[in-house]
Amino acid sequence: MTAVAEQRLNVWQGKIRANVKIAGSGSPVVFLHGAGGLVWDGFLDRLSERHTVYAPEFPGTTAGDPDAISHLDNIWDLVLYYNDLLDALGLRSASVIGHSFGGMLAAEIAANNHERVSKLVLICPIGLWRDETPIPNWMLITPATDLPKYLFYEPDGPLARMAFGQADVEAQIKMVWSMACTGKFVWPIPDKGLHKRIHRIQAPTLVVWGKQDRLVPPAYANEFARRIPGSRVEIIDQAGHVLGLEHPSRMAELTENFLKN
Amino acid sequence: MYISTFHLMPHRELPDDFEKRYQSVWVTPPFHELADAKRVGQYYNWTLDELIAAARAGSDGICTNEHHQNAYGFMPSPNLMGSVLARATNGLDCAIVQMGSTLPATQPPIRIAEEYGMIDAISGGRLVAGMPLGTPMDINIGYGITPIEQRERYREAHDLIVKAWKSREVFAWNGKYFQLAFVNVWPRPIQQPHPPIWVPGSGSTSTFHFAAQHNYCYCFLSYFGYKTAANTVKKYWEVCQQHGRDLNPYRLGFAQVVGVSETDEQAERDYAKPVEYLYHKLLHIPVEWIGVPGHQDYQSLSNSLRNPMIGQAFATLKQKRYKDFVNEGFAICGSPGTVRDRLKELCDALRVGNLMVLLHVGSMSHELTLKNIQLFFDEVAGPLRSKWDDEWENHWWPASLRKTAVQGASA
Repeated sequence: MTAVAEQRLNVWQGKIRANVKIAGSGSPVVFLHGAGGLVWDGFLDRLSERHTVYAPEFPGTTAGDPDAISHLDNIWDLVLYYNDLLDALGLRSASVIGHSFGGMLAAEIAANNHERVSKLVLICPIGLWRDETPIPNWMLITPATDLPKYLFYEPDGPLARMAFGQADVEAQIKMVWSMACTGKFVWPIPDKGLHKRIHRIQAPTLVVWGKQDRLVPPAYANEFARRIPGSRVEIIDQAGHVLGLEHPSRMAELTENFLKN
Repeated sequence: MYISTFHLMPHRELPDDFEKRYQSVWVTPPFHELADAKRVGQYYNWTLDELIAAARAGSDGICTNEHHQNAYGFMPSPNLMGSVLARATNGLDCAIVQMGSTLPATQPPIRIAEEYGMIDAISGGRLVAGMPLGTPMDINIGYGITPIEQRERYREAHDLIVKAWKSREVFAWNGKYFQLAFVNVWPRPIQQPHPPIWVPGSGSTSTFHFAAQHNYCYCFLSYFGYKTAANTVKKYWEVCQQHGRDLNPYRLGFAQVVGVSETDEQAERDYAKPVEYLYHKLLHIPVEWIGVPGHQDYQSLSNSLRNPMIGQAFATLKQKRYKDFVNEGFAICGSPGTVRDRLKELCDALRVGNLMVLLHVGSMSHELTLKNIQLFFDEVAGPLRSKWDDEWENHWWPASLRKTAVQGASA
């Protein structure tokens, strides 16, 4: 198990005290988590064997500071906030990995500022919309009983049970509030105009998808790939939406090979 | 005490197996499978006739509210109903209680200032201006308003509406959610500076604070009866005291399902089916939709997940039958004497001044509703009316309709 440190930084005119989990050593990699909140999983563990992994908690999701989110209102605020945070971390340029909601965020940051993102890894990101392949609103799905069906290749498997099996009220509060904070930027349909900006991404980009992702269907992999010049798609079989939990080694290997070249 | 008649305007004829066949009464029920536009026209007309009958029978106020995309109560515009009611009740001492237009879903919100101004004008100054936040099903799911912004948006809309009513100058509103360079509402309400404001809610602490802070009447619309409401209401009165408010019972409104018949046995024959229909079919909603992430602030979310009272109440509704609903006070049904005794108990227990009775619920027929209205106002309401009036005045009621305050009543 990797030793994970935490760093608090004052950003956004001192109004938000960001919390960043940091582990490992080596070239910097920034990881932006999904709508359910930051979970330090096996994928991040592996990644930190060769990199310094910076995983910021989304504003509002840090314990004791739920109202931090009130200082950010839209995607433009969010992109500039993350630029602020990366400045505070001294990261003028880094590889950025984003999962799901974090994938949309990573794509927006890369489209906005070419220097900031050296390489981009999008893990089943949201942010685009096809009428014929609607993305179910995860904020309306019963967490304990139904959400695993959308997130996991094996909804009844040990990983899903580990994540949703116990009646842990504090974890539930954390997850619901995290959805509330991230939901501020994607309610009620996770398309806030990325399709107009995505062409600006210049960083070499890897798009990874679970073949059996029932939340954001793999049809979206090509939607991202065809809009990002020179990007590459990897589809993982027997995988749902939470690839870092379901396939930590495969994810680390794919990412590592991509970052290395 | 002031007694108003509240109508939800529900679908009265859902199929017996509705709750087994369909996911929810809200958001997703298919209109064309379940309803017929002509028949729905009949429901609207019955609803209007029933409320007008209540006004003629002596109801102090008649209430309508706003909901969307549902069979539970489908008045997407309560002000369309309210304007008809205002016209039809001119000459009666009956308030038009709009419970009312949902602020976060009305764009721009000065539309509410205008429509309420119209109803106040048409009714000759009989409007009560309800300012609801709206349910998550209506506002977040149906109307697409971002849950975590709903309360802030509500507060800004409220501030804008009140300023639009109070200001004698044209002003610019540079808000976060609304920007208007010229605010100059026509018409202005007859009641100056504005009609009394009521805030309907379902027990959220932050709404208690809002109502107490602004010195408004808070209306608890729980449908789970006065016994379930006791703790929530106790908290409300504590919040009022925290804000330095007195304990005037007219600061609290409470909605109660009521069914009156000749005897308790006849009441069971009359109301068992409609009451079960209300709780089994019209409240058939996935629990998580009531707690959409962000609809509650962090503190309320933590409280409600640690102590999931409302969720549990919803989860057990379908196991209860008429006798349970009556025993637990969800519905007060029986002979005039029984109903009167229980309503007295309710008003004492909760300290309610503005009582709202639902005399039509669920699948009740038009004829049964008219009987309920007549029996209630002829044989139940009378002795309840004088309650509180020796001590308190209802400052949250149109001035022209207030009962003359008894000497010594609190100013």
